[in-house]
Amino acid sequence: MMFVPGNNPGMMADAHIYGPDSIMLDLEDSVTMAEKDAARLLVYNALKTIDYGDTEMVVRINPLNTPYGHKDVEAVVKAGVDVIRMPKTETADEVRELEAEIIKVEEELGCVGRTKIMAAIESALGIVNAYEIATASKRMMGIALGAEDYTANLKTPRTPEGSELLLARETIVVAARAAGIACFDTVYSNLDDMETFRKEVELIKNLGFDGKSIINPRQIQVVNEVFAPKQKDIDKALRIIAAIKEARAKGSGVIAVNGKMVDRPVVLRAERVISLAVASGILNEEELS
Amino acid sequence: MELKNAVAGTLESGDIMIQIGPGEGLQVELQSSVAAQFGRQIKSVITETLEGLGVSDAYVKATDKGALDCTIRARVTAAAVRATGKDVWK
Repeated sequence: MMFVPGNNPGMMADAHIYGPDSIMLDLEDSVTMAEKDAARLLVYNALKTIDYGDTEMVVRINPLNTPYGHKDVEAVVKAGVDVIRMPKTETADEVRELEAEIIKVEEELGCVGRTKIMAAIESALGIVNAYEIATASKRMMGIALGAEDYTANLKTPRTPEGSELLLARETIVVAARAAGIACFDTVYSNLDDMETFRKEVELIKNLGFDGKSIINPRQIQVVNEVFAPKQKDIDKALRIIAAIKEARAKGSGVIAVNGKMVDRPVVLRAERVISLAVASGILNEEELS
Repeated sequence: MELKNAVAGTLESGDIMIQIGPGEGLQVELQSSVAAQFGRQIKSVITETLEGLGVSDAYVKATDKGALDCTIRARVTAAAVRATGKDVWK
């Protein structure tokens, strides 16, 4: 998910060229108070006009307790955004308040249920309430960590190894998995240190995150390389899927591949590898069916 | 509709700066490196956007840096909203 400032039309027009899975147009922290009105209009007109293809379009709105949040919701729902990212989410009630605002606009347009919600969790209270937030609405498609505000709230610096974020990251992954939604890690803002960035992406992938937030197209390749499964893992997953299909056809539940027992968790992991390989463009979905 | 002087947009690449103020009819002065190719289209987007907002008397100075039509519409709307004090959102 690539963050793009909502008041920069050049970046907004070009962002999808680099092939991010999703683009998050930002109306919040990257836009000054004096430009909130102009950024909202830019984002509205860009979403209405620019063909972003299959790229998932997300807009980070301003909190609803500011003078900007309600107008942001009206504008982006009218523009047909896929997902509204709610910043600094601390309670499930805040998600429900946003949902009520979305419904008001969707009812006017006759498209109730179209807009999904992603909640950014950026405080200790938000982490404590992560599962309640993740399950606050059927529209919830994911939760995300916002590490800069979170570490400020914890009264700790942000370190390259990220030990101060471990509990928050694991809590978000567990809450998302329990809720059956996606989870996204925070940004890494030092563009000159790609080595530490890669280590961070490897860490969050192993923790179970579905994706990483990025602030520059240069970071896309690293995320894709880390998240793309290795060929030997894909080959193994394909053997497992083929074997389980054959076993099911024969009415058997447990099978062995290369002498090792294959049960449900192994199949689920294999399916995850295949879906990542498809998402990474290594495998073609049509060839699999 | 009474207008104050107002500005929206920047001089960054891909953007357009719209300065708007009182005028008689819609007068648009355009500066753009692509005026020869797209000047008529840019002016047309500016006047159509203002007419859509109910602004029929204004002087507009537009400094274009290669903005898309959607950016021109957004910047003209922002300038008009600032000049009239009448928002497009509820």
